[in-house]
Amino acid sequence: MHEASLAGGVLKVLEDTARREGFVRLLELRLEVGQLAGVDIRALRFALESLALGTLLEGARVDIDHPPGQAWCMQCAQTVAIAQRGDACPACGGYQLQPTGGMELRIIDMRVSDN
Amino acid sequence: MCVVCGCSDNSPAHARHVQQAGGELGVVSVNPTHGDLHFGAGAARVSVPGMSQERAIKLEADILGANNRVAQKNRAHFESHGVTALNFVSSLGSGKTTLLCATIEALKQRQPTLHVAVIEGDQQTSFDADRIRATGAPAIQVNTGKGCHLDAPMVAEAFAHLHAHAHSHDHSPQRHSHDHAHDHGLQHHGEAHSLLFIENVGNLVCPAVWDLGEAAKVAILSVTEGEDKPLKYPDMFAASQLMILNKTDLLLHVKFDVKRCVELARRVNPTIEVIELSATTGEGMDMWLHWLDHAMGVHHHHHHESSTHQDALRARVLQLEAELLQARAALSTGATT
Repeated sequence: MHEASLAGGVLKVLEDTARREGFVRLLELRLEVGQLAGVDIRALRFALESLALGTLLEGARVDIDHPPGQAWCMQCAQTVAIAQRGDACPACGGYQLQPTGGMELRIIDMRVSDN
Repeated sequence: MCVVCGCSDNSPAHARHVQQAGGELGVVSVNPTHGDLHFGAGAARVSVPGMSQERAIKLEADILGANNRVAQKNRAHFESHGVTALNFVSSLGSGKTTLLCATIEALKQRQPTLHVAVIEGDQQTSFDADRIRATGAPAIQVNTGKGCHLDAPMVAEAFAHLHAHAHSHDHSPQRHSHDHAHDHGLQHHGEAHSLLFIENVGNLVCPAVWDLGEAAKVAILSVTEGEDKPLKYPDMFAASQLMILNKTDLLLHVKFDVKRCVELARRVNPTIEVIELSATTGEGMDMWLHWLDHAMGVHHHHHHESSTHQDALRARVLQLEAELLQARAALSTGATT
């Protein structure tokens, strides 16, 4: 449910960037939302769509990368894939896992137009 | 499901939320009447033939960046004021406010000089802040409206209000317009250590993502809830340093497996500390007050009371270190063969 606030955060960054870079239209936006970032991508898309009207987001294409969750398993001494926190290590079944990837919550880049 | 409030997608309330969300943020969006001023450079280049008007901008910006910058400022501010801030997170009805009231009452007995203040987050009403104020502790209610969590700017503003209020009692009011532009290098006015309890909106999902500048998040889980909540809402328990199992006086009447709950919490966060207590009967409060002392960095000399807890932690650290050594050894053997 916090995806609405996150969408507002995305728009804020876009507006600040528009002011700094002086572009007119946003064509494409690429976000990165990791599997362990605690964000529901469907809800984030919905939130971005519902506030798009009349803003820079209107008519822009939004791509969302979804880097997979990764953790270091202490027992196996290797990096393993996990879908969410609290999952067992797929190799040994243990829970001594330290998440190392998939926590990203970033705006990567954008394609803009000056006219 | 509606991302604003969780109402169903086809309800009339939902249509209103979508409209509000769109309309409200539209206010801060780029104003087309001022666009010429800001975006003149782009418009001027339209006349250059054969040149692409498209370009890429690499940002790599953290979506939570704006919040996190304010949170870092809050953290520095709290430190300079000698304030230990704790962010209390839980689902609705876990007994957060009752625990805070009981804690304040207990601290009044044991450490009458310790200053405790509370920031109360709720969507509406000042009921909780009123309950805190009844204990004599200063409290500020923050109503988030349709928001489901507190954010760092809300806490910054609430803290400024609390602080200005406290000082208007101590000093002449005109001295303290308090614009907070002061130097943070030194401890402010030589203030003694104090506690700030931030009670977040009852919600086990969203507050996990928002740093408020707190020293630690404290998750409260009551035994009337499911023991599997740490797994159902792993992000919150992963972000918390301490889990308080509240309402333990009801353990006789409910089916709640404490051992399993702790085990599940440590699956998502191997280092999470756990305290079992009942804010109503006072059982376990000693352990909690002790934890607070440590959080404030106060050293005291009755280690025997908490020795089992600390020994357990120490044993855990040793175990983890042993595993780390094994892991390193396995890595180096792998590299040489």
